[in-house]
Amino acid sequence: MVSPILELTDINKSFGHVQANKNINLKINKGTIHGIIGENGAGKSTLMSIVFGLYQANSGSIKINGKEINLRSPRDSIINGIGMVHQHFMLVENFTVLENIILGFEGEAVFGEKLQKAKEDLEKLCQTYNFNIDLDATISDLSVGFRQRVEILKSLYRGAEVLILDEPTGVLTPQEVDELFKILRSLKDEGKTIVLITHKLIEIMDLTSEVSVMRQGEMVGHTKTEDTSKEQLAEMMVGRSVLLRVDKKEIKKGETIFKVNNLSVKDDLDVTRVKDVNLEICSGEILGIAGVTGNGQTELLEALSGIRKVESGSIELFGEKISDQNNFLNPRMLKEKGLAHVPEDRQRMGLISDFKAHENLIFGYHDQEPYSKSAILNNKEITEYSNKVMQEYDVRPNSPNLITSNFSGGNQQKIILSRELNENPKVLLVGQPTRGVDIGAIEFIHQRLIDMRDKGAAILLASVELDEILSLSDRIIVMFDGKIVGEKENKNVTDRELGLLMAGVA
Amino acid sequence: MSNIVVDKSKVPWWVSNVIVPLVNLTLALLVSGLFVFIAGENPIEAVKLIIYGSFGYIQGFAYTLYYTTNFIFTGLAFAVAFHCRLFNIGGEGQAYIGGLGVFLVAINLSFLPVPIVWLLAIFGAFLFGAAWAYIPAYLQSKRGSHVVITTIMFNFIASSLMIFLLVDVIRDTNQMAPHTVKLPEEIWLPSFEAFSGILGIKIRYSPLNLTFLLAIASLFFVWFLVWKTKWGYEMRAVGYNTQAAIYAGISPHKNIIIAMCISGGLAGLLGVNEILGVSHKIQAGFPAGYGFTGIAVALMGRNHPIGILPAAFLFGILYQGGSEVTFEMPNITRYMFVAVQGLIILFSGALENLFRPQIESFFVRRLNREVNA
Repeated sequence: MVSPILELTDINKSFGHVQANKNINLKINKGTIHGIIGENGAGKSTLMSIVFGLYQANSGSIKINGKEINLRSPRDSIINGIGMVHQHFMLVENFTVLENIILGFEGEAVFGEKLQKAKEDLEKLCQTYNFNIDLDATISDLSVGFRQRVEILKSLYRGAEVLILDEPTGVLTPQEVDELFKILRSLKDEGKTIVLITHKLIEIMDLTSEVSVMRQGEMVGHTKTEDTSKEQLAEMMVGRSVLLRVDKKEIKKGETIFKVNNLSVKDDLDVTRVKDVNLEICSGEILGIAGVTGNGQTELLEALSGIRKVESGSIELFGEKISDQNNFLNPRMLKEKGLAHVPEDRQRMGLISDFKAHENLIFGYHDQEPYSKSAILNNKEITEYSNKVMQEYDVRPNSPNLITSNFSGGNQQKIILSRELNENPKVLLVGQPTRGVDIGAIEFIHQRLIDMRDKGAAILLASVELDEILSLSDRIIVMFDGKIVGEKENKNVTDRELGLLMAGVA
Repeated sequence: MSNIVVDKSKVPWWVSNVIVPLVNLTLALLVSGLFVFIAGENPIEAVKLIIYGSFGYIQGFAYTLYYTTNFIFTGLAFAVAFHCRLFNIGGEGQAYIGGLGVFLVAINLSFLPVPIVWLLAIFGAFLFGAAWAYIPAYLQSKRGSHVVITTIMFNFIASSLMIFLLVDVIRDTNQMAPHTVKLPEEIWLPSFEAFSGILGIKIRYSPLNLTFLLAIASLFFVWFLVWKTKWGYEMRAVGYNTQAAIYAGISPHKNIIIAMCISGGLAGLLGVNEILGVSHKIQAGFPAGYGFTGIAVALMGRNHPIGILPAAFLFGILYQGGSEVTFEMPNITRYMFVAVQGLIILFSGALENLFRPQIESFFVRRLNREVNA
């Protein structure tokens, strides 16, 4: 029997109302590569940050080598032999590799002989694991793959026995991934323990010997990698909870009113996130976009709603070109043409949390009558309207003068939804409509979307909740790595099928 | 470091908007009193002198209101830009250039009927101040150059430009000092003593003039603009959350420019008070630091016209009462009162959060207890 090097018992952690980790139990055996897999937001990173001492758990215990320890800061973890390589590197760009590695520990190693010794030790480490790093190179001259190696080297030099890697391949090219995996295998051969956090099934199957699956803050399964398959993991990851019941009439499909041709979109860092996407939506239809977060859905919605510039391709509304690489209509013009948008991140984009509720209820429509006449806001109309819709959408508390940040997530979402649906849009773009929203509000929001569909709106719904996609959509497309990797009529589609497409497996 | 976390929604408005500023102000005055004591004078006597100097006789009070006028303009200027989250430090330069606008309009159009000259001169002041703020605004919105840096630079540029103009271009060539000729007397704004003369009361000269009413009108203008029009709405939206503004189709570029131009224009109105109302000519360095003090006025007034009025009045009292003190108490110099202003800025601006969490949590606990009882 191998004794676990790291053992977590009943770990709980919440941020405000959100419980990020619920009663997590986890055993990690010495000398293994242990994968932790789950969708974005499943609580993987939170859990590992607790192990690394960045966060403190609300309850639960952590044992290292059978000894219970109290981790108050990363320093405690480092002393106990735990190292972590973060998604975003923690390196000083204009220092050399050597300077970065001894940073924080320079007390004993900054001058003369000791520095020389540190350098020799590091060179030995580099040789053992075939790191191929020039210790005197400046970080800013190194590629991302090499920077990651510096992070690994830093942890090893500080005596890490357990090395946690948080989504290590997210920023790497395929060649760099191969190199990284070689290094990780040789680390394992030398007896180190590696914890790999990822949402990519291929990496798990490739590299790990054991795997734990997390979903919505809970640990839903542990297994040996050889006893499982991608399909099985995908199923566990996505979950198979009961479908929410939505009463949906038979589809009455009208003509195509929204069309996207060969669309490519770049993000702020100039990385192409949407690649050659084609899609059409008819009136009276809900088109669902399934996909793991970060596969281009955000950028797609932003481009369609006139917030983000199109790199190539075009977008047509009622047969009229509204966007191509040369020009695009801004969101307000699109609103006038009957396109509304419920953005996926309500705090960042959908509303202004410092505004009063009534100010957010007219946000984007504030210069239209009757809310304003010749640039002067009509307070009476706005208040009347606010009272009316807040009642209609059951926003609680029903006080239009309350600052928006004081409403709960679900009620904030209702504020946005009432605003965007009020003008009876012809095309409705919806991102993550029920993220962080309680059950009651979810049903309400779903029903509203169905009502809009029955009234003949063309709806594009992007969601990471498969249940939501399956229960609302008439047709489903799956996005992976910016591309549409599958399209299905929503008849007899299983979540397993979609899960595989979402993970880029099928 | 304080670890007190207060649920902001439970804090009554009067605690954060009245009690906290008052506590900060009191502290600033206590420390100032200490300075006066160290300088070898009696702080209580000094306070008496301040109150007498600024309220005790009608001419003193008129001076207080004259200073208040200037602070209202520069305080509002800072506040408007701040609602778009722009730190306009350039009120000083904008006021200077605004003065040029008043003068050029008034001297060139003095043949027109008097009230029309006034209106045009006010417009000129606003336009010139706005134009001076437009350049930093453009650089901020298009090139990302931070307005704090550019507006400070533009203060220096304005100062040098005006010295150049006053020495080489628009100087009154009958003398050597860097100032222009006087405007024709018939277009001067009526002064306070002219008004009281109509009412049959004779008082001695004071610089208070009709511009005071313009300042009061500006308070209403800013309140209306920021909270009652779609422009103010959009400016605040951009200031609070630029991403969301873009989502709603509100252009950050346009609103940064609008906010800065209105801000600069308001600062420019200081020129109306100084040139059309008081000295009737441009003198080198006439904004005399009002632009900077306006920042403190706005911070103390919480960027709201209702707060800016008393804050401007307070600084008016300090200016006027302060000069009285320096006159009566030889140990207290003019610079001592600059230090007092500095203390007020320090306590109400930089140390704003020194006592806020404690005070707010104290009241929240008190009020909760009352509710529970």
